[in-house]
Amino acid sequence: MRGNAEAHELIAPGSLSAVLELLASQPGAWTPIAGGTELMVAFAAGRLTAPKLVNLWGLSDLRFIRTTPETVMIGAGSTFLDLRRDALLAAELPLLAKASGWIGSVANQSRATIGGNLVNGSPAADSSPALLVYDAEIEMISVRGRRRIPYAEFHTGYKRNMLAPDELLYAIHIPRRFARHRQYLRKVGTRRAMAISKIALAATALVEDGVICEIRIGAASLAPIPARLYGTEAALLGKSPTRETMHAARQALLSEAKPIDDMRSTAGYRQTVAANLLLEFLLELNSEVAQP
Amino acid sequence: MSENGSAEVNTQWPPIRFTVNGRSCSVQAPPMKRLLDVLREDLRLTGTKEGCGEGECGSCSIRVNGELVNSCLVPVLQVDGADIQTVEGLAQDGKLHSIQEAFLQCGGAQCGICTPGMLMASVQLLERNPHPALPEIREALAGNLCRCTGFMRIFESVLSAAAAMKDETELAETHDAR
Repeated sequence: MRGNAEAHELIAPGSLSAVLELLASQPGAWTPIAGGTELMVAFAAGRLTAPKLVNLWGLSDLRFIRTTPETVMIGAGSTFLDLRRDALLAAELPLLAKASGWIGSVANQSRATIGGNLVNGSPAADSSPALLVYDAEIEMISVRGRRRIPYAEFHTGYKRNMLAPDELLYAIHIPRRFARHRQYLRKVGTRRAMAISKIALAATALVEDGVICEIRIGAASLAPIPARLYGTEAALLGKSPTRETMHAARQALLSEAKPIDDMRSTAGYRQTVAANLLLEFLLELNSEVAQP
Repeated sequence: MSENGSAEVNTQWPPIRFTVNGRSCSVQAPPMKRLLDVLREDLRLTGTKEGCGEGECGSCSIRVNGELVNSCLVPVLQVDGADIQTVEGLAQDGKLHSIQEAFLQCGGAQCGICTPGMLMASVQLLERNPHPALPEIREALAGNLCRCTGFMRIFESVLSAAAAMKDETELAETHDAR
């Protein structure tokens, strides 16, 4: 343990509004901490540079899963165990339920929050590909009010995002209109449990009359941020999932994916596996279309 | 308590109160101090072990408000008002918990560093799923690393404890029915 607890201030204002007031009064001075599965690792290693932290853990205003007829709304302070235990999520948003089970171990899932996963902004974040292909929106909150943006626009660069210094991530909104979509999510890591992705790919597609009329593909670890593969989507939209289309989509993926070599994998491996995952999904689509 | 046994009160820090194994505690420590260190240093509950210190190995697993957590990743301020259970709270009135008996019987413990965390993760599993299948045990213990046993004896221990706890429950039910 190289961190020094006395070198960091940690306060618990006790309510969401009090936290927002604090952030507004000294923008950028305070670092929010929720489940601590990222920041406490940095702290123990002596890498935590934030001198002042403000506690979000235990704020009920941030921990909820609510549904309306049109959307599922997930509070940013919901843990991945909360997500795994939610029956509606398992039924309607299976990709997000599946990804929630990928986050470390049970002891990590009981603490790690979906808001923390997104704000931390790792390119390998487990919840991101599913949220990208579910067309999620991000709601941010500050004393100035709330605003919503598409999740696909939330990450602006490596570990950078749209949050202003006085803002918190408040909730994730997911439209409830994927029941008829073919859905896909697969992660490739070093081992089944407790592994960070080498690559993960998610997709949702709607096929009508043999034609792909809606398609979203999201990936982890193919770019500095979790990102949609718009070029690959364009190669598929309006087409039938034929061998020819698959080949074109594969080429599009290989040209737009910009993975790197790092401690977990190589750029070449990531590209090859990402293309294979895409083909696996498209073959599923193809077999669906082929059936009478 | 300090090493010489006298109560050491540091008035610099506001008290943080919680219960550990059913007993009320109040500690005065830096709010960022890891719960693991508060348990071991301030409360002298050294059953909880430190392995990796980064949430990977599960040696420091304890239960907070009924959920399994890695105590190395929890700043003590975040357990203000919480109900905590550590490995010291498993045995009751000098009688080992079924899971502890099972680890003894099946050779689920060797060097012992992972054992407290394994026990707590197993208790967490059995409480929510009293009759787990092997894949469910593997998943529930995936965050607890053991370098001695090769895991098989640990999985056997959990299966054995589940069977023993089932027998105990049935015995109690029969007794109640009488």
